[in-house]
Amino acid sequence: MDLKAFSYEGLSSGHLACAGCGAVLAMRLALKAIGSNARVVIPASCWSIIAGRHPDASLKVPMMHSTFEVAPSIASGMRAALNRLGLKDTVVMVWAGDGATYDIGFASLSAAAERNEDIIYVCYDNEAYMNTGIQRSSSTPPGAWTTTTPEGKLEEKKNIILAMYAHRIPYIATATVAYPEDFIAKFQKAKRIKGFRFILVLSPCPTGWRFEEKRTVEVARLAVETGVFPLLEIENGAWRITKEPMWLPVDRYLKVQSRFAKASTESFERSVKENWRFLERFL
Amino acid sequence: MRVLLTSSEAISRAVKLVRPEVISAYPITPQTHIVEEIAKFVASGELDATFIRVESEISALAVVIGAVAQGVRSFTATSSHGLLYMHELLHWSAGGRLPIVMAVANRAVGAPWNIWCDQQDTLSQRDTGWMQVYASSAQEAFDFTILAYKVAESVFLPCMVCIDGFVLSHTAEPILLSSRDDVNTFLPPFDFPLRLSNQDPFTLWPILEPALYHRQRKDLFRDASRALEAWKRAFKEWGDISGRCYRPIEAYRLEDARCAIVCMGAVSSTARVAVDRLRGRGEKVGLITVKLFRPFPKEDLLEIASFVEHLVVLDRGVSYGAEGVLTQEVKGALSGAVPVFGVVVSMGGREVFPELIEEAYFVGRRRPEGMGWI
Repeated sequence: MDLKAFSYEGLSSGHLACAGCGAVLAMRLALKAIGSNARVVIPASCWSIIAGRHPDASLKVPMMHSTFEVAPSIASGMRAALNRLGLKDTVVMVWAGDGATYDIGFASLSAAAERNEDIIYVCYDNEAYMNTGIQRSSSTPPGAWTTTTPEGKLEEKKNIILAMYAHRIPYIATATVAYPEDFIAKFQKAKRIKGFRFILVLSPCPTGWRFEEKRTVEVARLAVETGVFPLLEIENGAWRITKEPMWLPVDRYLKVQSRFAKASTESFERSVKENWRFLERFL
Repeated sequence: MRVLLTSSEAISRAVKLVRPEVISAYPITPQTHIVEEIAKFVASGELDATFIRVESEISALAVVIGAVAQGVRSFTATSSHGLLYMHELLHWSAGGRLPIVMAVANRAVGAPWNIWCDQQDTLSQRDTGWMQVYASSAQEAFDFTILAYKVAESVFLPCMVCIDGFVLSHTAEPILLSSRDDVNTFLPPFDFPLRLSNQDPFTLWPILEPALYHRQRKDLFRDASRALEAWKRAFKEWGDISGRCYRPIEAYRLEDARCAIVCMGAVSSTARVAVDRLRGRGEKVGLITVKLFRPFPKEDLLEIASFVEHLVVLDRGVSYGAEGVLTQEVKGALSGAVPVFGVVVSMGGREVFPELIEEAYFVGRRRPEGMGWI
């Protein structure tokens, strides 16, 4: 894949993200794959800020801000309206954080998936409530420090992929900005498919994960290479790993982020292995 | 042609004539059969619309927000807890200047559970920026639905059409329907200047810095107040077309009255009976029915109420620790010009017979100011 061929820039310079924000790189790649014939719905999240303050806008496609819990429903109304207007080819994309996806908006996400709405739903997962200053979400990994889990999170990370799989939607994928070809290929495929498409993007957050801004891509790559974040897709129920992990020691991933300072490597490793054993049942 | 319809059916028929293209709803008693009826119209092809069956009331309003922001006329309906669950998006849609129309079957709110009528649900949404119009009959439920679209789409503010649960929603009355031609003449196709477009992309509702936000709120307030004139024009225009004339505030037997009873919703019909009976006993009493609650027609009320010696307001929604909500509104409009006594007559569907209204009147006659429950 020649990445230079994807010349469309749907993201303006001068956006309001922190330096090194993975969610900004992700939006840039997503819009490169989808193109300008798209409308985006963004619930309360870091991206509510990143999108710009009036009169500036960091997206070059039409965009609607949404309250925290109902972006999939607003997108459903948008989809229905576009179809009524004969604009069936215009892509409707929800761009939500893990708070909106795993937690407060889970009911509306589940309902839109169950209705198989013709929407691309992207969760940029930075594994905590980052916009309010790093509080735990149900996506926060075990052992991770946040301001509401000062001794490290006690619970496991919710497996949102399995939850979405249970909805039998036509396309589910995971992606990270460390693998742009894989990322773009998945968004391109999602664009061609009709119905509800769910893409989980691991989105390293230097501010909340406590690593140097310049290491965003490295951290995302380590997540895949250590097996912490499986790169996969599920097309019409068929599971496929799109990038085999190198099974680097999990420590390599944990040690670059201060948020895991109090986490136990052994128990994190166990959790990663359990996750894979679970996943392998579907492969 | 006269047909026998409940207010719920009357609203469904009005919606069919108005032809929204996106409908989304979640069932709740006593609203449910408004959208059941509309679902039938959609299934049979009588109404060409997309019906999205969502998992909650807040999603129903979210779907409508998503559709209207693309410039497509839409509809939803709810009641009581469903309306409360929408609360956040009531603010969001009014602040977003979306001309949404929603029917609300008024019902009490819990705890404890109660499915019967009062107006606590809509009155507690008073400050969201939504317009609120209250029908007193199935005919008004029909006409006000069409009128709500007309006004909402001219002032870019959302509007609730409120009908008393069960008393109106489930009770059939003979009403006159309008022809499709009449509705088309009255209501132009929906043309929303703020609709999103890929030709000229922009972001809806980005962060506004404090000074600009303050100005945006000032504009919202100004337009919500000016909407009263839009209602009056719409009442006049619809009156010319349909022959059915309405006013924001309606008066009954007010000439030479020393006291006026003030009410809102279906209680108005019972209050007429009470006024007639009191008149028969020599009491100089009349009736004022508030049809339009937001924008509140202050000056119209002042104009007709300033001739009476005192007012007795019948409340079906209260501000706990203060007084009845309608009483507060009436007092606010009159600024002490006329003494006002507020009576909470019925919460949670307590039956309002003419005798109860007569009792409220006599309590108010003895004590022209203050408030009480009977």
